[in-house]
Order: sequence, then C-alpha cells, then structure tokens
Amino acid sequence: MVRLLLVTLLLVLVAGVAFGAPYLMSDYFVRVLLIIALNSIFVLSLSLSNGFTGVFSLGHVGFIGAGAYVSGILSLTVAQKASLLPNLPVFMNWFSMPFLPATLTAGAFTALLAVIVGYPLMRLSGYFVSVATMGFLIIVNVVLINASNFTRGARTFTGVPLDTSLPWVFGWLVVTLFVLWRLVYSPFGRRMKAVRDDTVAASAIGIDMLNTRLSAFAIGAFFAGVGGSLYAHYLGSFSPVTFYFAMTMNLIAMLVLGGMGSLSGAIIGVICVTLLSEVLRSVERGFTIGDFIVPALFGASQVALGFIFILIMIFRPKGIMGESEFGFGLFRRSANSKIKQGEVK
Amino acid sequence: MSSFEYILQQVINAVSLGSLYALVAVGLSIVFGVLKLTNFAHGDVMMVGAFTTVLLIGIGMPFIPALMCGIIGAAMAGFLIERIAYRPIRNAPDVTRLLTSLAVTYILENFGILVFSSSPRNFPLPATLNDSWQLLDGAITFTNINILTLVLTFVSLIGLGWFITKTTLGIGMRAASEDMAAAQLVGLDINRLIVVAFVVASAFAGLAGVLWAAQAGVVQPQMGFTPLLKAFVAAIIGGFGSIAGALVGGFMLGALEIFIVAFLPDEITPYRDAIVFSLLIAFLLFRPGGLLQPNREVKL
Repeated sequence: MVRLLLVTLLLVLVAGVAFGAPYLMSDYFVRVLLIIALNSIFVLSLSLSNGFTGVFSLGHVGFIGAGAYVSGILSLTVAQKASLLPNLPVFMNWFSMPFLPATLTAGAFTALLAVIVGYPLMRLSGYFVSVATMGFLIIVNVVLINASNFTRGARTFTGVPLDTSLPWVFGWLVVTLFVLWRLVYSPFGRRMKAVRDDTVAASAIGIDMLNTRLSAFAIGAFFAGVGGSLYAHYLGSFSPVTFYFAMTMNLIAMLVLGGMGSLSGAIIGVICVTLLSEVLRSVERGFTIGDFIVPALFGASQVALGFIFILIMIFRPKGIMGESEFGFGLFRRSANSKIKQGEVK
Repeated sequence: MSSFEYILQQVINAVSLGSLYALVAVGLSIVFGVLKLTNFAHGDVMMVGAFTTVLLIGIGMPFIPALMCGIIGAAMAGFLIERIAYRPIRNAPDVTRLLTSLAVTYILENFGILVFSSSPRNFPLPATLNDSWQLLDGAITFTNINILTLVLTFVSLIGLGWFITKTTLGIGMRAASEDMAAAQLVGLDINRLIVVAFVVASAFAGLAGVLWAAQAGVVQPQMGFTPLLKAFVAAIIGGFGSIAGALVGGFMLGALEIFIVAFLPDEITPYRDAIVFSLLIAFLLFRPGGLLQPNREVKL
C-alpha cells in the first residue's frame, strides 16, 4: 500500500517535471534534463546485456543508430522523401508515419536485428564478444555510409520532425525503467545474473545460456532503437558518425561509473557524467577569474573524464552503486517482502 | 597495361599494406599473449610515435634519427601506460581491463586533440623518400617509402624473432604468455617481463605509427584508430596472442583488402570494411584460435 502510494507520488512528480519544466526553467536546463533522460534510456538498455547478463557489448550504439535512421526515414513527409531520398524503394516512399508508430517500428526493427546478430554472437564470451560486437558496430557504420538510397550516405540526414519533447522522453524512460525493473528482479533476471556470474554452473543447473543472453540482448536492443528514434527526433539532423565510437565510449563511461548491476546506478551514472561534462565543457571554453584569463582548452573535459574513469576502474571497479539499488525500497521484490505481505508461505 | 602487370602492382600494394598491418598486429599480440589484454590504447601509442617524429623533423632532425626517437617515445608511452593504468588492475576481470584500455585510448586521443588540435597536419617526409620507381614503362610504381617500410618491417621482425628465441628475457616472455602462474613458479620476474612486453610492443607501435603516417602523408590525433581495428582483425585471423599468427594475419588482411578493391565489382568495394569485420566475426565464431592455432583451447 505504502509502495503503491510512493509509486503514484513519484509518477506524479515525474509528470509534473516533464510538463512543467519548460515553464519553470530556462531552455538550457530543459535541454540538460532531456539529455539526461535520453541517455538514461540508452544506458539502461545497455545495462541489460552489459551489466546484468555479462555480455559486454560494444555494439549497442549500432542499434541506436539503426533505430534513429529507421525512425527518421519513416517520419519524413512524402515530399521530403521525394527530394531527400529520391531512390527510396516504392514501398517506403508513399507514406509518412507519426512519431509513436515510427518509434515502435524502430524498436521492433532493432530487436529483430539483435536476434539475427545475437544468435551467432551470444555464444561468445569475455573479450571475444566485445570485439565481435565492435565488429557489428563498424559494419552498421559502413552500411549507413554506403546505403545512400536509404540514408543519404555520409551526408547529413536531415528533415526529421522535432517531435521529441520532455514528456515523450520521460514517458519512455518510465516505460523502460518499469520493464527492466520487472525483468531484472524476476526469475528471468536471476537467470541472467547466474549466466553472468558462472556460465558453466548456470548451464549445469539447466539454464539455457544462449536463450537468456539473446533475450537480454534483444530487449536491450528494442529500447536502444526506441531511444535512437527519440534521439533522431530530438536532433532533427544527424549523420552516421553521430552513432559511432565517441557515443559508445560515453555510454559505457556512464554505465561503469554508475555501477553495472544496478538500474538506479545506471541513472546515477548518467546524471553524474552529464552534469560533469556540462560543467567541464563550460570550463573548457575558457573563463576569467579577476584579471587572470584561462584560455579555452578543447578536449580537456574528455581527458578529465578519462582519468575519472580510470580511477573508478582502479579504486571502485563496481561503480558508485555496484549491485545495490537506491529507490526508497521500490526496487525490492525479494522473497522477504512477499513473506511479510503473506504472499509466500 | 596487361593484366599481369596489374596483378603485380596489386601484389606490391598488398605487401606494402600487409606489412603495416603486421607491424601493428604483432604489438597487439605480444601484449595479449602476456597479459590477456585487448589493448585498445595500442593505436594511440602509434599516434605518440608519429607525433614525436613529426615534431623532431620540424625542429630540423633528419628522418631516420627522428624515426628512432619516435620509436623510443612510443616505447616510453607504453611503459608509462602499463605503470599507471594497467598494473593496478592486472588481476581484475576481463571486462575491467578492457574498459581501462578504452579509457586510456580516450585520454590519449583527447590529449592529442588538446595539444595538437584535431585537424590533420602534413607529415614532412624527405623528398628522397617520396621518389617513385617506375618499372615496365610505368605500369608498376612504388615509392622509396614503400621500400623502406618493407625493409624496416622485415628487419624489426627478424630482430623480434631473435629476441624471443635467443635471449633470456624473450624466452621468459614467451613462457609467461604460455602460462603465467607456471612462469612465476619457476622464478621468473613477472613484473619485469610484462614491462618488457609492453615496451617492445609499444616500440613496434611507434614504428608502425611513423610508417603509417609517412605513407598517408598526414598525422592527426585519431590516426591510430583505423589501423588498430584492422590489426585486431589481423591478429584474430592469425591467432590472437601468437606473434607468427599476427604476421600471417597482417599480410593476409592486407592482401584481402587490396584484392577486394582491385578485383571485385565497384558496387561491392565500398563495403570492404563490412566484409573485413564479418570475417572477424566468422573467425571468432568458428575458429577462435585463429589460423595457426586451430586446436588451442579457448575459453568461451
């Protein structure tokens, strides 16, 4: 009962922020808030395979990019398609999808892609799977650059309607968080962690390793595609290089900083890194203290982030949250609480 | 131009590209052999070597001594990276170490951007090295830098072969890559061996970096990235951790890339990198030990 109340309260709060922020805050803060929510979707979807299942994928951004392009192509108006993508196949150029269906289609597409790609790749472990998924990311990039009938190639893909607003992103974030929370703290979630912690032992007690990994990979990819679609409709124009190693590195830094086995950790990581890079970026542009002028140092913020990252790896390899959750007890779905509630005898 | 000459020209191109891949892949394999670490920072050590050389040529040093200093600079960078970043996490899980090497890449690359800015600069190659040879009435061309690359590759690889088979340190390094615990039990100084492995690997990266930049004609902070990815593929094709494997893989990859561009239809050519990385995935799946070590036990 208390939990229900807390959840409702939290949802109302989130909705309040989502709808009220544009009236209360400056554009800059609204944008930071939106970026945080968007990155949270990315990092949460990444945590499913990389954190909870122990398949350290470097190819997640490939799904985000695929989602962004699919949704972008679907959302262009017919007139835009005719002028920007004149060689688009006939079956795609006569319609234009609204935001939500385009986003869902993008998610479904990337999930399907993940099943196809993951079916062979999820047999690999350790650094093998990292290198192989990195190969996937590069292949996606090459295809995006060369399939110019669909993507305009290396040129900027532009004209995507700017539909992404704070309520949309917060809404999807709540959906993502809810689905992942139900998954991670369920028998399926325990299977994922078992596969991560000891593949052999997990297989020995009858857990289907491939199936578990593939499900986690595909569900993560679905939300990556959704996030990609949101991102596309936020940016309006983007190019293949937007979805490459820089973004990969950024997302991984957030995930690792927050803690790889924790949903709230993922969000905390996103908040820390986003705020930190905003602060560092304004320092980077150069500033003056009294008569002393600090010159602009482009790249300094990334160097600082890199050092923080290494320090975390050395001194707190589990990240800020590690495996624990921070959420007023909302995340807890242990046997203990069920016994207390009389659900389990 | 007859087809024979065309093929011969492509073979020359393939050997030239392959020797660069081999140089990078050898360094990756040395580190992986000893530490079981996929060292993403290897590409940025190449960048350190190339920039050192360019700066020294800029202040008037001749090419060859500048190249030597570039190699030394890269070796020192490798030494520092091992000491500062990799040693504290040596016994951590695979993923932690992979991430640390990614972070080192990130730092070095952005540090390069900070100091040199991200725009490419010309590589001041001496004019004599740019002179080209024309054989068979110009049907076949190559430049002095191509020859120098090939010569340096072979000299350095023969040197490496001598080092790992004839010197105590080199034999120790191979022992450590075979079985770290056993090497430690028979009294080998593991710390020293790892440092040596890193310094040797980074020196190779430095050499490869200078030659790569000299052939490309430009240096920039992100220059190590593409060769690094290709060298990964080369090392895995040959058998990750095996030095001979890295060599074979490097030349095979060079040949494959050149021949894709030279002999396949134009619609496929832009997808060259997609083909190469599909090959990488295929090898990881079906022959994770690579060509040279088909029976090696690989933890999956």
